[in-house]
Amino acid sequence: MVVELGHYALILALMLAGAQAFFGLAGPALRRERWLAAVPSAACGQFVFVALAVAVLVHAFVTNDFSVHYVAENSNSALPLFYRVTAMWGAHEGSMLLWILVLTLWTMALVARSHTMPPAFAARALGVLGLISFFFLLFTLATSNPFVRLIPAVPDGNDLNPVLQDPAFAIHPPILYMGYVGFSVSFALACAAMLEGRRDQLWAHWMRPWTVMAWAFLACGIALGSWWAYYELGWGGFWFWDPVENASFMPWLIGTALIHSLAVTDKRGLFKSWTLLLAVTAFSLSLIGTFLVRSGVLVSVHSFAADPTRGIFILALLVVMIGGALCLYAWRAPLMKSAVGFDFISRESFLLFNNILLTIAAAVVFGGTLAPMIADTLGLGTLSVGPPYFNPSFLVPILPMLALVALGMHARWRRGGLGEARRPVLLALGAALILGLALSLGVYAHPLKLTPIGATIGFWIILSALIDPIDRLRRGLRLPASIAGMSIAHIGLGIFVLGITFVQSNTMERDIALKPGEAAQLGPYQFLYQGGEDIVGPNYEGFRGKVSITRNGDPVSVLYPEKRRYWVQGTVQTTAAIAPAFNRDLLAALGEDVGAGAWSLRLQYRPLIRFVWIGALIMAIGGVTAVVGRRRTYLAPDAAALPLGAALPGPGSLPIAPPAPRQERSR
Amino acid sequence: MNRFLLPLAGFALLLAVLLVGLARAPQKSILPSPLIGKPAPQFSLPNLFDNTAPVSSESLKGHWSLVNVWGTWCVECRAEHEALLQIKQEARVPIIGIDWKDQNEDALTWLEQLGNPYERVGTDRDGRVAIDWGVYGAPESFLISPAGTVVYKHIGAMTPQVWQREFLPRVAAGPGA
Repeated sequence: MVVELGHYALILALMLAGAQAFFGLAGPALRRERWLAAVPSAACGQFVFVALAVAVLVHAFVTNDFSVHYVAENSNSALPLFYRVTAMWGAHEGSMLLWILVLTLWTMALVARSHTMPPAFAARALGVLGLISFFFLLFTLATSNPFVRLIPAVPDGNDLNPVLQDPAFAIHPPILYMGYVGFSVSFALACAAMLEGRRDQLWAHWMRPWTVMAWAFLACGIALGSWWAYYELGWGGFWFWDPVENASFMPWLIGTALIHSLAVTDKRGLFKSWTLLLAVTAFSLSLIGTFLVRSGVLVSVHSFAADPTRGIFILALLVVMIGGALCLYAWRAPLMKSAVGFDFISRESFLLFNNILLTIAAAVVFGGTLAPMIADTLGLGTLSVGPPYFNPSFLVPILPMLALVALGMHARWRRGGLGEARRPVLLALGAALILGLALSLGVYAHPLKLTPIGATIGFWIILSALIDPIDRLRRGLRLPASIAGMSIAHIGLGIFVLGITFVQSNTMERDIALKPGEAAQLGPYQFLYQGGEDIVGPNYEGFRGKVSITRNGDPVSVLYPEKRRYWVQGTVQTTAAIAPAFNRDLLAALGEDVGAGAWSLRLQYRPLIRFVWIGALIMAIGGVTAVVGRRRTYLAPDAAALPLGAALPGPGSLPIAPPAPRQERSR
Repeated sequence: MNRFLLPLAGFALLLAVLLVGLARAPQKSILPSPLIGKPAPQFSLPNLFDNTAPVSSESLKGHWSLVNVWGTWCVECRAEHEALLQIKQEARVPIIGIDWKDQNEDALTWLEQLGNPYERVGTDRDGRVAIDWGVYGAPESFLISPAGTVVYKHIGAMTPQVWQREFLPRVAAGPGA
């Protein structure tokens, strides 16, 4: 009975999403002011019913209701309570529900902030979000309903995929979804701006915090996923260019470009149509990623039940949402003229390079992800595209982009040159060169040619990002949140670059069979295998080895790598043991029992690998800092009093076009 | 041409690729078993109902048979049970069950409660035989010709439609299929 209530709640949410879309889009178009008032109510109602549906599904998992097909497929009575809750998003149906929940959460946030925008504009944006939500609810109810009953019920369930039985899985999908579903708000605001045919750039001002928040969540989500793959899958790597990873990485790259392009549009009124296109593209890539992952057109290590009917449905959704937005773009973008120009070496031109290079990088990833499918379509046979393609091709646009970051941060708006920042930036380059060479040739001696370049660029970005805050501190000036956020994010980027550089060039790896008492050498570290014991967990049994590590005779750490066999699904899983430290990770994973007490072991030394995730996290912190500390002066106090469709005049100091006339007439 | 139409054109191109990819996706999901056309793998398993008479691959010879891999822990197996009972009713092809990684008591209770569609059931507790048969998830069903060769393999729950469409025509076509 409770389960049917959840099902019913989902149907009600669908209706309310439809109402939200209709009133939000038709209200401003037909100039029915009263219809606008219905939009936030419909959005709140939709959120309540989606949340109710989620609560019901979690309840079914917690109470082991194996009469629900989805629960029976993804849970088991022996599964610990914590994982019974997270199993809710363990497979396709539940993760769609989570996707929708996250979308309604963002919608609620936009409702809460809608007083900062003209009511018609906010209504249109909420209408677009309602439309997205409507299609996803329809998709879930029609093809992926998690509330379908299994009659007669089974006595026990099929268990959660053991890979997902991990604390990181509790937070990874929600955070990741917060990121790429978050771009739906930028998408909705861009569509609203185009629907209104706004000639000003205020929409960019409203879009900025939403984009930065979504981008920060996505950075955290991707970093978490990478960290999880690193320690849980026991492969030792942190990025595999897997289609599912790429599906989240492409929106992030475009999102990064969007943040920078928005800065130009907001401050200078330039790149308007380009910014709109990026906003549409970022969310489109999220949607296309969803299609690629769940339709079965691409094979991935991430297990989502592939189903062609779902594929057709999502494809139709792509046509409506992306096709619709791009038609709108073709119609409205020509209106968005930019009047002012800029010098070749100015902040604008650096941000333009940033945009072009990031877009090329995203295109490289996109091409590599789709290449196997295109080859298959053209009958060229099975093609496998992996790191040998991605690593070098990705570096081609990204390396120049990174090299320009340190300069771009200090270039002046409009006028050419670096101005008074010229001397400190060059000093920073000198210092970075010394530090980079010292680290790459001294501490981590290695023949890779790119290592010193990567190290220098990493240090240069960090030092350059520090110039402005230090200068302001010394002169006793206030540090605005926007500058603090930008500096923090760029420092994170520099740390990230250092991490990637050294983990790529100085990782050591060995696969070796050891008997108890035997040892293997890896750089300065000695790994001694001390045998192992059989273990029994709540829903698995397995073997736990003991490996003690010494460096020049001094004990460093003791590792307990495990190999588990989960009873219900019969899956065998390797859990690597990792000795983390600030500047390196040591890893041991069990391979096979090769007989006579010996095990094959995979041993690894990875320098600075923590920098990769810490760097990503710091980037996200920078983004959040900029949003949270944002000045509130831009809030037009009388925004709500303006008539329908009227555009607000911009902040006085900005050189922008005069406010657009009433939009309805211009159509 | 208006340059603002370019993104739309690019998207149309992408759609075409995705559509073709989607049309071809189902073909990829049917993994042909390397066993098809080959003799059925040899096995001899303890009989679920009778400790003294093992169930072996010899019993497949001389008539068409359906080998069904199942387990009481498997959700889809419950879904296909009704279809198996119907096939038994038809009495054209006997069903040999391989009870995969299961407990005998559970299996006996299951068959008592839901009805027994199987002529014989072998218990493959450690899953060795299932490995020989290339099973990677229950349920899976194999059609074995009177000559003892594997003619067809179906992954997932058996349904009356699958039985009508894929299995019966092959049986009707005779041992040469």
